[in-house]
Amino acid sequence: MDPLRQRSRRRFLTGIGAALGAAGLAGCDRLSQSDTVASVLGSAEHLNAAVAKVVTGRRAMAQEYAEADLSPTFRSNGTANPNNPAYQTLAASGFADYKLVVDGLVAKPRSFTLAELHALPSRTQITRHDCVEGWSAVGKWQGARLSALLDLVEPKRNARYVVFHCADPMNDDGTDPYYESIGMDDAYHVQTILAYRLDDQTLPIPNGAPIRLRVERQLGYKHAKYVMRLELVASYAGIGDGNGGYWEDQGYQWYAGI
Amino acid sequence: MNETTSTATVMAEPRPAARARPLHYRHTLAVRIMHWINVIALAMMLMSGLNIFTAHPALYWGNSSYSGAPPWLEIGARMDANGAMSGYTRILGHEFDTTGVLGVSSDDGQAYAQAFPAWLSVPSHQWLAMARAWHFFFAWIFLVNGLAYVLYTIVSRHLARDLAPTRRDLAGIGRSIVDHLRFRHPSGDDAKRYNVLQKIAYLTVIFVLLPLIVLMGLGLSPRLDTLFGGWVGWFGGRQSVRSIHFIVAWLLVVFVLVHVFEVIVTGLWNNLRSMITGRYRVPQAPAGHVTVQRMAADAPLEER
Repeated sequence: MDPLRQRSRRRFLTGIGAALGAAGLAGCDRLSQSDTVASVLGSAEHLNAAVAKVVTGRRAMAQEYAEADLSPTFRSNGTANPNNPAYQTLAASGFADYKLVVDGLVAKPRSFTLAELHALPSRTQITRHDCVEGWSAVGKWQGARLSALLDLVEPKRNARYVVFHCADPMNDDGTDPYYESIGMDDAYHVQTILAYRLDDQTLPIPNGAPIRLRVERQLGYKHAKYVMRLELVASYAGIGDGNGGYWEDQGYQWYAGI
Repeated sequence: MNETTSTATVMAEPRPAARARPLHYRHTLAVRIMHWINVIALAMMLMSGLNIFTAHPALYWGNSSYSGAPPWLEIGARMDANGAMSGYTRILGHEFDTTGVLGVSSDDGQAYAQAFPAWLSVPSHQWLAMARAWHFFFAWIFLVNGLAYVLYTIVSRHLARDLAPTRRDLAGIGRSIVDHLRFRHPSGDDAKRYNVLQKIAYLTVIFVLLPLIVLMGLGLSPRLDTLFGGWVGWFGGRQSVRSIHFIVAWLLVVFVLVHVFEVIVTGLWNNLRSMITGRYRVPQAPAGHVTVQRMAADAPLEER
């Protein structure tokens, strides 16, 4: 082949390569903005959840660690002190007037004082907290077993999720309270607790006082802090933007097992 | 092209016989399809992975990020008194100014803080939720494609016939290294086979690096971590697993760079064609280079 043609073909191929590369990257950004593409990409979440459940089983236990593995200080992430007057009033009196409301699809709706939560069967566990951002910290948690609490309120047959309504507003103007939801497998799991102690101390405000959820087989954003109310529902479609949690409403996966 | 120039071209061609040779069928359709699916999947996973990394651009060894020990790798940005941003990368306590590439990059003269630059990232700018969606979607494509490939190589005997190094291959490993360093490439029938370094590189990627990066990805999952007690600990803990996942990703990038380099220096168009149409034009040895031994080996194949 004559060298001139070869050179122009090479130039042509390089040009195509560069154009495809640039178009590909710009294309990914444009695709990311599309709801359809986001839902196609997001379909992997259901596969992740289903496979994890089949492979590990619903009762599989998260790893637990020794005292020596504890992080010197357990990092506080997200809200460090809720910008909420009602919460601040409760905090001022050491949460003496705190009541955890449990309602929704339960036979016996009621509320629990901190003393009542302390009286429930408890569990102490040293576990690893994995943030969606990538970091991990190890902490020692003690709290009431959620399954024990659920046994008292008797969820109805059609209850499929436990929704955690929290005291921390996610907007500066005090609106958009944090919330999260978990399925019944996680709700009844042995390691799922409503924690009131961290590293042998009363749970500090930056880590979610007076009550935070520990749902050890999922990422950090599922572990709702400043929990004020549990609501049992058949569907979370009517809550917030309908995706099952504050971060889920921002595009994060409801199944946070990976 | 008219008759005269065509003749002139042929006359200027040092090895006219090469053009007359039929194309050798090198890659089966299945391998070609799986190769290109893999190219797309790995590229998307690398770039979305770098976006995910940007959410917490530091790597640690052990179970936790907060054990009292500093990260072994950290990429960050800082601003001086004049408001100018600079990027830094700290590896094992040694800090480097990496402004423009790592930590801080610029887009049309506008500096932005991001561990890896927008051109290496999907989406271009930090967007953890969407980067995760891209990453997990292509993870499934990569996994299914990879399993199909491994199954295919075994069943079709591609693995035994073309990828497994023979005893003779291994004996010639020293010569192959020298040949690679001198850019001396196999010709004739030797060019129809993978050379020994190529085989070792492919086998390492297929059976060591890729399975390892998948396993390390799964080890990041707080749910799969429960599979049997403490398996993530065998690799040093979750933050070690995250470090290994990251390191293997870059080892794969190194492999791809060497692979593409070899593709270019051994004939970009010929190699590309063989991975698209399957057909490869076998390069002939330059005159005087053909050894007696090779000619003897060539002979029976010429007759096929």
